[in-house]
Amino acid sequence: MAKQTALYAKHLEANGKIVDFGGWDMPIHYGSQIQEHKAVREQAGMFDVSHMTIVDVRGPDATAYLQKLLANDVAKLQETGKALYSGMLNNEGGVIDDLIVYKMDGWYRTVVNCSTREKDLEWMSRQSKGFEVSLTERPELAMVAVQGPKAIELVKQVKADAAELIDSLKIFQGKGKGEWFYARTGYTGEDGLEIMVPEAEVAEFWQQLLDAGVAPAGLGARDTLRLEAGMNLYGNDMDESISPLQAGMGWTIAWEPAERDFIGRAALEAEKAERAANPQQALKQVGLVLEERGVMRSHQKVVVDGVGEGEITSGTFSPSLEYSIAMARVPVGTADKCLVEMRGKLVPARVVKLPFVRNGKQQF
Amino acid sequence: MSNIPAELKYVTSHEWIRLEADGTVTIGITDFAQAQLGDVVFVELPEVGAEVEAEQDIAVVESVKAASDIYAPLAGKIIAVNDALVDTPEMVNEDPYGNAWFFKMELANADDLNNLLDADAYAAACE
Repeated sequence: MAKQTALYAKHLEANGKIVDFGGWDMPIHYGSQIQEHKAVREQAGMFDVSHMTIVDVRGPDATAYLQKLLANDVAKLQETGKALYSGMLNNEGGVIDDLIVYKMDGWYRTVVNCSTREKDLEWMSRQSKGFEVSLTERPELAMVAVQGPKAIELVKQVKADAAELIDSLKIFQGKGKGEWFYARTGYTGEDGLEIMVPEAEVAEFWQQLLDAGVAPAGLGARDTLRLEAGMNLYGNDMDESISPLQAGMGWTIAWEPAERDFIGRAALEAEKAERAANPQQALKQVGLVLEERGVMRSHQKVVVDGVGEGEITSGTFSPSLEYSIAMARVPVGTADKCLVEMRGKLVPARVVKLPFVRNGKQQF
Repeated sequence: MSNIPAELKYVTSHEWIRLEADGTVTIGITDFAQAQLGDVVFVELPEVGAEVEAEQDIAVVESVKAASDIYAPLAGKIIAVNDALVDTPEMVNEDPYGNAWFFKMELANADDLNNLLDADAYAAACE
């Protein structure tokens, strides 16, 4: 029996087509995934992301623990509420999960993926040995992502009492108000908020947003939006066998200070040296654009003439650009062209730098 | 609930078949099929004049979610294709039994029509 979020009845009311997603009954779309995608790029859309796992980290060793656990360094978080994106690596430098960590008032809040919840909690708990920390899951908090150029304005209209707090948020910062938590983060490449709400209050909040003109958007639109924004999806674009260096996550590794011995550091340093010594063996993440008909899909083979082969990790039709785009792992020597094996044919594609779309505009 | 018009015939690969007055047939994909696919973004049609076998894959419909082959439900010759789908593939979602027909065929053997499913049998196949 799949789990349901506190918004399940609202999804049915809005004609959501429900699918199983990591053990949860979630809406894939409410009619048209493309319309929902466009609503987010042009106005405002909202996603139920209550299935994601919130884990609060408290205790005198919370900072030291996260500095060991994560490839990025929470010491970079100076201001309360500031957030950091990081990989949580295994000893071999593979990605166990990607997550967001918020610096709270003397503690931290992390948000990890739902599909990796059990192994994440097990790993986080195992690594906490020797640190004076507590890990507390917060399943009683629902989460709604309101995204798009009008998202912030419409949330302020609905939650007038939080308008001042929302106005004070910098990009990638979150603040609490009672049990509610407003964060200026997202997974779409648009401005907007991710809001944690006590379960008992979330259906009313969702209805108020709906009445204010925010379009409900499903997991389908969430995927095309994040892909256009060049954001990784765990399980597609990286996993435990892939290092952040091969998945476009090099910027999330805090190499300095050199004495910070985070999990996976030794393996990453060895990999870095190996990449420098044998660049022709190394892989990197790129964007692909298909200017002719057809849609690139994950696991399709990429052939780079004279250089080698790679693989598409995520591919879709881009509703904003109206042709197919993909993220791929290819040899470092790949220049601006490649071939993609699609349905038995090799089709030429253009290699571009990610992202494809940010704030409604083409980026490459 | 999926719309399954009683006057049409069906195959389990989710194409519908309409027998026209002149003995030719018109073929498209069902409401159930379009709902499963989600937003359709590309359609690839067969060539007019092509001789095809029953169950041969002769067209492709590609949605945001997946690519899916379209099969000739019966043996015969392609006599017309709906070029409008190339520029407005979203019609497949909006009007699967009307404007979004895929192709028309002249049958090799009119008796083959007896092998098709009626609406009730197709509805059962979609369960």
